[in-house]
Amino acid sequence: MTDSFLDIRGLKIGATVYPPGEKPKDIEIVHGVDIKLEKGKVLGLIGESGAGKSTIGLASMGYGRGGVRITGGEVFLNGRDILKIGAKGLRGLRGKEVTYVSQSAAASFNPAKRLMEQIVESALEHGVHSRADAEARAVKHFRDLGLPDPENFGKRYPHQVSGGQLQRAMTAMALCPEPDLIVFDEPTTALDVTTQIDVLAAIKEAIRKTGVAAIYVTHDLAVVAQVSDDIMVLRHGKMVERDTAETIITNPSQDYTRALVSVKSSEHPEKAPVGEPVLQCKNITASYGGDVKVLKNVSMDLYPGQTLAVVGESGSGKSTTARVITGLLPPIEGEILFDGRVLPPALAQRSRDDLRELQMIYQMADVAMNPRQTIGTIIGRPLEFYFGIKGAEKRKKTIKLLDKIELGESFIDRYPAELSGGQKQRVCIARSLAAKPKLIICDEVTSALDPLVAEGILKLLLDLQAEENVAYLFITHDLATVKSIADSIAVMYQGKLQRYGTKTEVLTPPFDDYTDLLLSSVPEMKIGWLEHVLATRKMESAGN
Amino acid sequence: MRIPTGALIGLIFTSSFFLMAIFAPLIAPYGMAEVVGGVWEPMSSKHWLGTDNIGRDLLSRMIFGGQVTIFIATAATILSFVTGSVLGFTAAVIGGWVDQALSRFVDLVMAIPTLILALVILSVMPISILMLIMVMGFLDATRVFRLSRAVAVDINVMDYVEAAKLRGEGRIWIIFREILPNALSPLIAELGLRFIFMVLFLSTLSFLGLGIQPPSADWGGMVKENKEGIVFGIGAALIPAAAIAILAISVNLVADWVLSRTTSLKGGRG
Repeated sequence: MTDSFLDIRGLKIGATVYPPGEKPKDIEIVHGVDIKLEKGKVLGLIGESGAGKSTIGLASMGYGRGGVRITGGEVFLNGRDILKIGAKGLRGLRGKEVTYVSQSAAASFNPAKRLMEQIVESALEHGVHSRADAEARAVKHFRDLGLPDPENFGKRYPHQVSGGQLQRAMTAMALCPEPDLIVFDEPTTALDVTTQIDVLAAIKEAIRKTGVAAIYVTHDLAVVAQVSDDIMVLRHGKMVERDTAETIITNPSQDYTRALVSVKSSEHPEKAPVGEPVLQCKNITASYGGDVKVLKNVSMDLYPGQTLAVVGESGSGKSTTARVITGLLPPIEGEILFDGRVLPPALAQRSRDDLRELQMIYQMADVAMNPRQTIGTIIGRPLEFYFGIKGAEKRKKTIKLLDKIELGESFIDRYPAELSGGQKQRVCIARSLAAKPKLIICDEVTSALDPLVAEGILKLLLDLQAEENVAYLFITHDLATVKSIADSIAVMYQGKLQRYGTKTEVLTPPFDDYTDLLLSSVPEMKIGWLEHVLATRKMESAGN
Repeated sequence: MRIPTGALIGLIFTSSFFLMAIFAPLIAPYGMAEVVGGVWEPMSSKHWLGTDNIGRDLLSRMIFGGQVTIFIATAATILSFVTGSVLGFTAAVIGGWVDQALSRFVDLVMAIPTLILALVILSVMPISILMLIMVMGFLDATRVFRLSRAVAVDINVMDYVEAAKLRGEGRIWIIFREILPNALSPLIAELGLRFIFMVLFLSTLSFLGLGIQPPSADWGGMVKENKEGIVFGIGAALIPAAAIAILAISVNLVADWVLSRTTSLKGGRG
């Protein structure tokens, strides 16, 4: 027996992997983790991808996802070991004593059923409430979570509400059967920062009101610091440290945690514009057909060797700007000047030199590289295509590029699948550098990476900029990244340029309402930051 | 590399069928159309599989028939794959009206039952081996077109293809270097299946009298020649029928294994 209501002891989790061309082998992904949780407390689980945080979160409901097996240890919930109660016992437990909120609410709701039906389902299934009772409770939760028109909200279908609202609806679903424990698995990661803050506040308030205990899984330390009482830092399936949220943020005892806390705090000194701009967008208006204009009269300049950060939430037109500049989407009005000359609007009309001097790096490095080509082919192709370099000379230059991105010769014959996320992104950087470009468009290049890896990529980009004098058009939704790389900033909102200027100009008050909202919504590594922002901000997110 | 038992059996049977087809004149004990005994003689040491409806050695006809069947099926499969996949990839990469025209034409051809269309064409055209290969190959190319277009449309929107387009690569590079290597595993599995369909298709045509013409042998035609024997309890028709079935199953086993091998990069098993 145990004194805590959730007591995980020596939890070991394993899986079978199938490496190509080899025999399947069993690996251990969580190596003996202990967790104790008191009633009504919130524990944040934090770590980089592959740390085992989601796996541990799910194990507290006795579940292993996608071939993952709990191979050892005990999970006591309300005094009994749930690993020993069998499938029927687990069925009675899940959705009643423990509930789950997933990262993608959009993928978790059944699109063919109304929200209310899905939200009260588990309460009815377990006989916790009558239907009328459960629906009344759901409406109360809708109100507490700040959802619009709580009486009628449940009558909508999942596609009729926004992403932030859907995530809150899923929280209502988790709260409905009055569980003792809720597992939140990255509930705000897929949301815009401006929406995230409201969902975060709603979740925190709901936890406080109902007194439910929670495990909050995320990779973002600043987020978890706002909602948790305790934080446990995980790495490679082992605990690094566990302490109160306050101590972890202000006085961590381990080096790894210190690195996590200090990440994103680096500031990049702003450079003054020199010479003629390499890229000038003049009054660009673009549309994907039809009457809806996704870009309205956008103008911006970028100088050689500098970084222009384009920021904004999803749907603001950031990526469309990139598509217009690359020629994938010819604008309906306006023109683009590149290095002083007018660039033909469509890709097919541009010369090989136009294409060479304007390169692009993508968000998802693993789909930006052909999985059937070796790293040598991927990086060597632009050398051959633009400069006609072949054979031994090409290999030599490729190795030189690999050295530049800090990977080295040993990578040349490998395939993309054999590389980590950060390494893949480095190869994509090398591929664009091989063309000796004047401008590289970086579309959310660090968004899919763990914070420490992302920091390394940003540092590499800055070093290369200093060396090659290449300009970056850096598209991102993450303002912390902007601070550490940009020389000038363009804030976009609903297809328009909201605010534009040098970094200092844009980040110095007075702000317009939207810029204020965007800037204030970026989570900071401070306890009590959430409450402070909610009390002082000027407008709400468009997602509400 | 460990080969699963099923695939191993498939490989052994498939390769022995192909070897038999290649070396047919060397292995066959008698000539293809040589009458060497009585009608429907039972199996004996002289005629291992007995004789057929006019006294020809069944084993020899099986071997020569296998050669014809496998040769035509292979040639038609290659033809259908080359035309189908090149057109399918082109439609996917170019898109627009080219895609519309090709796809609607393929819909049109597929709307007519293949066998009936083949029967109509073959009943007005002179029947020769070349004609059979062309008719079977082009009719089947519609199915390969659909598959390869669907696969290529998926790949065409991947970032690495966009990166190649932004680099200024031509269509030939995009089709053969970016799309084809990634479309290969579903296509190879389909290759096996299409080969089997070709064998069945040819056998059906011959059984109906519009395929290989006597006295040349092929398995479908041999079923037809000997089918009257079944009512007298003579199993001569069952031997070519069994050969068709065994070839179909063993090629399928190999295709299955190839599919699971080539997709193992993306987490497949076995």
